[in-house]
Amino acid sequence: MGELIAQAWRVARKDLVLEFRTRTALVSAVVFTALVLTVFNFGRDPTAVPTIDLAPTILWVTFTFAAMLTLNRAFQLELENQALEGLLVSPLSRTSLYWGKLIANLVFVAVVEGVGLPLFVLFFDVPVGHVLAPLIGVIALATLGFVAVGTLFSALVMRTRFAELLLVVILLPFLVPPLIGAVQVTARLLGGRPLSESVGYLKLLAAYDIVFVSLASLLFRFTVDE
Amino acid sequence: MLSAEGLRHAFGEGGGQVVALDGVSFNLTSGQTLAVFGPNGAGKTTLLKVLAGLIRPQEGSVRVAGGRRAIGWIGHQSHLYEHLTVRENLLFWASLYGVPAARRGPRATEVLSRLGMGDRADQPVWSLSRGLAQRAAIAKALIHDPSVLLLDEPFTGLDLAAAAELRALLGELRGGGAGGRVVVLATHNVDEGVELATDVAFQRRGRFVHFAPRGGRGSSEIAEAYRRAVGGKETDG
Repeated sequence: MGELIAQAWRVARKDLVLEFRTRTALVSAVVFTALVLTVFNFGRDPTAVPTIDLAPTILWVTFTFAAMLTLNRAFQLELENQALEGLLVSPLSRTSLYWGKLIANLVFVAVVEGVGLPLFVLFFDVPVGHVLAPLIGVIALATLGFVAVGTLFSALVMRTRFAELLLVVILLPFLVPPLIGAVQVTARLLGGRPLSESVGYLKLLAAYDIVFVSLASLLFRFTVDE
Repeated sequence: MLSAEGLRHAFGEGGGQVVALDGVSFNLTSGQTLAVFGPNGAGKTTLLKVLAGLIRPQEGSVRVAGGRRAIGWIGHQSHLYEHLTVRENLLFWASLYGVPAARRGPRATEVLSRLGMGDRADQPVWSLSRGLAQRAAIAKALIHDPSVLLLDEPFTGLDLAAAAELRALLGELRGGGAGGRVVVLATHNVDEGVELATDVAFQRRGRFVHFAPRGGRGSSEIAEAYRRAVGGKETDG
């Protein structure tokens, strides 16, 4: 187990170094996040629908699509000089490879969310100070689930034409459960309701994480093996 | 050290099925270099991928002493990350192959010096010429000191001088006798690989139609034998 995690970390660290050196996907995702929040900020009538009712949906739609921009690059960079072939020849286990990609994607999405959340507070004037810790917890819980599925699917589509489009099409239906849960919990938190009211949705998010991280770890080898 | 027994593998189904390996067997020991010649589509790359464990054959088995850690792969793609330096690439691959952390740096320096790339260690891969990138790829393949080297058309894209240089380098790396490496070289060009070979195989439609020690045969004799066995020029396709 220790070696599996150590190998996964080596893959993740390499991806992080590459991304922070080239900043291709990360900058795009951060700029996308800022633009979407700006558009939503100016493209709505605050007198028609109260901000607090719209804000959770806007937050999660933004996070989801921004995350997709970063998920796409996870395996695209392995196609450069056929590095993936080298990884598959090496003693690196398929599970470590998947976990490595998952860790790197989680860091990228966390960075995007770390930029997006303050912008969201700024644009929508939503006070989050009193619920910051549980809000971050919900974001982490939902993010783990959809990044786990997204990482698996980005491996599945990497060799296809229009991989970026295909990823969105096949991934979105799988994101419905965590998105519903995340939006509902976020709405209750921002509405000043106690966390105990959201236990059902929190269980849904936790179950989704456990099921899909396990399933993706088991199925990943079928997406990369010839 | 490296043995294959009754390998069979086909792609597709029914009438469109393409047989890439058909009853391929051999056994190689230290210091032996098998050059596999065949036209494009003969199944050479599939054979190497099966030997490397990238493809599980539908029939037959492969045994490599030391398992996947013992294999070094050099193809026409370098497997290197363009935005990492040569040294960073080598350290990454060394870590995957289980080279102890304290040994990785010295080993990278040693391999790069041996390949005459000591002064290029801190250059990003994207800034290297095709020939230097191929050397860096060889350094990557050697970083864990593999006992089995699999070479898939390693001369592709190199000019004549760079190809000659690479041949000399591979001859040196192969070593000889009990301490030498096992090398399997797949190429469609007889001239490119014959000097390195101790054994020669001609592959056609997945089958070894000729498999024998090279003996004292030169490239013209091998090319003639190839034409008789395969029925075309070595550069078919």
